Amino acid sequence: MPLVKVENVKKSFGKNTVLDGVSFTIEKGEVKVIIGPSGTGKSTLLRCINMLAPPDSGKIWLEETELTNPKTNLHHMRQKIGMVFQHFALFKHLKAIDNVALGLVKVKGMNRSDAYKKAMVDLQKVGLAEHADKYPAQLSGGQQQRVGIARALAMDPIVMLFDEPTSALDPELIGEVLQVMQDLAKEGMTMVCVTHEMGFAKSVANEIIFMEHGHILEASAPQEMFSNPKNERTRSFLHKIAELYGETL
Amino acid sequence: MLESMLYILTNFPLLLKGVVIAIEITVASILLGMVLGILVAFLKIYGSKPMKKVVSVYEWIFRGIPQLVLLFIVYFGLPEIGLNFGPFISVVIGLGLCSSAYQAQIYRGAILSIGSEQMEAGLSLGMSKFKTLFYIILPQAVRLSLPGFTNEFTIVLKDSPLAYAVGIAEILKYGRDLIVTSFRPFEIYLACAIIYFVLFQGFYYLFRFIASRYEVPGFLITEQ
Amino acid sequence: MSFFSALYKYLPSFGHGLWLTILLTIIAAILGFLASIPLVLGILYGNRFWKLLSKGFITIVRGTPLLVQLFFIYYGLPALGWRIAPFNAALIGFILNSAAYQAEYLKGGFLAITTEQMEAAYSIGLTKWQAIREIIFPQAFRFAIPALSNEVIYLVKYTSVAYIIQVPELLAQAKFFASDTFKHLEIYLLIGAVYLMLIWIVSKLTDKLEKKLYIPGFDISHLK
Repeated sequence: MPLVKVENVKKSFGKNTVLDGVSFTIEKGEVKVIIGPSGTGKSTLLRCINMLAPPDSGKIWLEETELTNPKTNLHHMRQKIGMVFQHFALFKHLKAIDNVALGLVKVKGMNRSDAYKKAMVDLQKVGLAEHADKYPAQLSGGQQQRVGIARALAMDPIVMLFDEPTSALDPELIGEVLQVMQDLAKEGMTMVCVTHEMGFAKSVANEIIFMEHGHILEASAPQEMFSNPKNERTRSFLHKIAELYGETL
Repeated sequence: MLESMLYILTNFPLLLKGVVIAIEITVASILLGMVLGILVAFLKIYGSKPMKKVVSVYEWIFRGIPQLVLLFIVYFGLPEIGLNFGPFISVVIGLGLCSSAYQAQIYRGAILSIGSEQMEAGLSLGMSKFKTLFYIILPQAVRLSLPGFTNEFTIVLKDSPLAYAVGIAEILKYGRDLIVTSFRPFEIYLACAIIYFVLFQGFYYLFRFIASRYEVPGFLITEQ
Repeated sequence: MSFFSALYKYLPSFGHGLWLTILLTIIAAILGFLASIPLVLGILYGNRFWKLLSKGFITIVRGTPLLVQLFFIYYGLPALGWRIAPFNAALIGFILNSAAYQAEYLKGGFLAITTEQMEAAYSIGLTKWQAIREIIFPQAFRFAIPALSNEVIYLVKYTSVAYIIQVPELLAQAKFFASDTFKHLEIYLLIGAVYLMLIWIVSKLTDKLEKKLYIPGFDISHLK
């Protein structure tokens, strides 16, 4: 049984159809990278998976639970789906350690000392133990994003969603975040990443999904996708990305 | 209920007489506040150091003293030293001084947020300093101060009934006169409130309309 | 009798007036703030009914002059059988106003927070109310502090309007004093200074609060 199953999901905002019948599955331990031009529904797809943007139609399962069933307790299920945001979305009035511990105390109901112990372990994992007492505004973008990852990790998710986690970062800060993501993938974390970092995609992803206008145009293993894209649109998009980011594919 | 409404309707014209004076007080006070406010704003930006201190104290005083106290100083106090302005001018001075301190902040904020680059850009094209001020800085400053100005105008409008305290025949005073003969304070004061509410909304949307006519992308003045 | 010996004689009355002014300010500020929270939540997160109710309340209160509201409460409502003492009538008026204005400022604070904050809160499994309480409100409140402290300053100033509906607060005491001694200018200048002092104290206190709640990244001074 797949870990996540997305079946014919449609979503529109007003007249604008953002997802027009998207289906795919994610197996345990898989890393999927979603690429495509901006405004083609990649972020919306991630937000459908954790029901931040409930689909208009279609179904989504996490293990045996159908998330799109109105009876499902979403707050309970979202703990199992970690999310990392483009602009970090750290709680700005809370210190790094409080950001990580908040969910443990308020959602998991852990007592404070256990929660902060665990939060410290997660901060250590992303290499920020010594910055635990800093506020988001006192951290660099790369550090903020690593706190964001630690905050998601703390809930012990079974799958993690990354919404362009490096696109708001200065080039020299991208590496530290990608390194943490790479380590997570190596440990066997199931991941869905929307990103333009083709180097990361090539070395970590099991499958690359190319989306355009709310459809999946092509999905295949990285070697296949990069060396022999079947779709003309995929080819031209990869070409553009290569020019923009200077990646040698 | 129906009778109350009829009563309000038949006496509306009398109350409306007070509207004219309310608008006169508001407009005159705003104008006085504008002249002084622009002066204070410029002195605070371009003045010498001691001058900046002086206008800061000016702002602090007239933002801090209640309008009614200012009004009493002018209307009851100043005649003691031979300055007798009469009720209308006293109200305009009281509300105008207070408003000038608030308007100064609005204009100063607008001028400062335009940035020195705009002046440099104008001069670099060969325009004179005056031309740059007139064609580049002023049109932006006016747009930037419109939301604050609209807000300030409605505040002065809402303060104008304080004129009642020195016996000016504005809306509340006419209302009071009606009550003396009819003993219907509930209906009368409700009608007064409705009149002010309509005035408030009317001016608010009038200024918004004006603002929207001069709206330029990047200067979202009607969206607050 | 000299001004100062007269003043000495009236000192207890001025003390009482000052006390009423402070009492009106503090109660209206605190109860108004508490009342503003459901208003804001109603506007931003409520269903159609609560949205309309909150918005309607704020629009009406902000759209009519304080003095007219006080007249309506103090003179108008007794016609329906609700007799209200002057101090209580003033207090009701001030609480309603302070709630409506503070709600508007607090709303600004809420709107300054990006939607990603709410999404992030949901993504770790918080419920809507947990997210508002733990994440959104603490940030919105910090953004709103400068505006809220301004509102307390406005309250101090506008308590003087209560004098017109016979509340024996600070300005009323000055009026009694002036009509007994004919020393208008002196007493109103002095009273003006007292209001300035009150306002100075309020701004010191709110600065302290702001410092106490200071968090890097919430540098709100530029929003003032």
